[in-house]
Amino acid sequence: MSQSHHENENMGAGHITKKNYIIGFLLATLFTIISFGFVAFKDSMPRSAVVILLSVAALLQMFVHLYYFLHLNKSSEQRWNVIVFAFTALLVFIFVGGTIWVMYTLNLRMM
Amino acid sequence: MNTTEIKNREEAEVIAAEHAHHAELNTFGFWIYLMSDLVIFSVLFATFVVLGKNYAGGPGPKELFHLPYLFIETMFLLLSSVTFGFSMVAMHEHNKKAVITGLIITGLLGLGFIGMELYEFYELIAAGHGPDKSGFLSAFFTLVATHGAHVSFGLLWLIVMIIQLVKQGLSDGVRSRLVRLSLFWHFLDIVWVGVFTFIYLMGMV
Repeated sequence: MSQSHHENENMGAGHITKKNYIIGFLLATLFTIISFGFVAFKDSMPRSAVVILLSVAALLQMFVHLYYFLHLNKSSEQRWNVIVFAFTALLVFIFVGGTIWVMYTLNLRMM
Repeated sequence: MNTTEIKNREEAEVIAAEHAHHAELNTFGFWIYLMSDLVIFSVLFATFVVLGKNYAGGPGPKELFHLPYLFIETMFLLLSSVTFGFSMVAMHEHNKKAVITGLIITGLLGLGFIGMELYEFYELIAAGHGPDKSGFLSAFFTLVATHGAHVSFGLLWLIVMIIQLVKQGLSDGVRSRLVRLSLFWHFLDIVWVGVFTFIYLMGMV
């Protein structure tokens, strides 16, 4: 494998350009401002809407970071990184979701 | 090329490929560590969800958190991710000076973030709202301080890398360590997105 073939290949951490970081920064800033905006204008919407919109904005911003900063994408070079991340996300879903479910139900039954 | 030259060339290519493979494995191994770190943060988040409304008759997020302050803090960290990214681009262009400059700016921005966080903690504790005062505050301080501790270790690592860069330039070891530090740094910004959204902003709703 020659060097030139892997120009800007980042030891398994993905292909990088300045443009990636600038676009990622602008999108992340946009989502940040949107999130803060939801809170600033929370009185004009039902609370559940704000909660959902904030969560979605956070999730989308995390994807922005993962794609533009961490270069996680659908390429075969990134495949194992993505698989390991997806598995961890599943664990997190079980731990956090399960905790919320159990504690909420417990609280309900003890009232 | 004669037979010996061909053989030497092939060996050099094999060695280069092995080094590249080894570096990739190091990167992947570090990524797996970051995933375990993600699990740790997620259970701290879960703890906050469970305890986050227990104010023990004391103040809650609406009384204690300041949005403009939080926004500036967030931008410090976000910008530092970008400047680190620029360092990595410079690394691939073999521009040692630009790498060092980028890392120094990243470090200063990270220091700004930590400084603001420490000041926030100081103010809270001085006003009698320390981590021992309520379930909400315990969970808040634990999660946010764990993140802050990670960033602080990252800053230390940054300093070490700058020193190594000055002393040995963009050697193979320095490059692969910088790649891992970059993963670490970006990961912490992702965790912060979760922190400022679900701990701070959600509490203000």
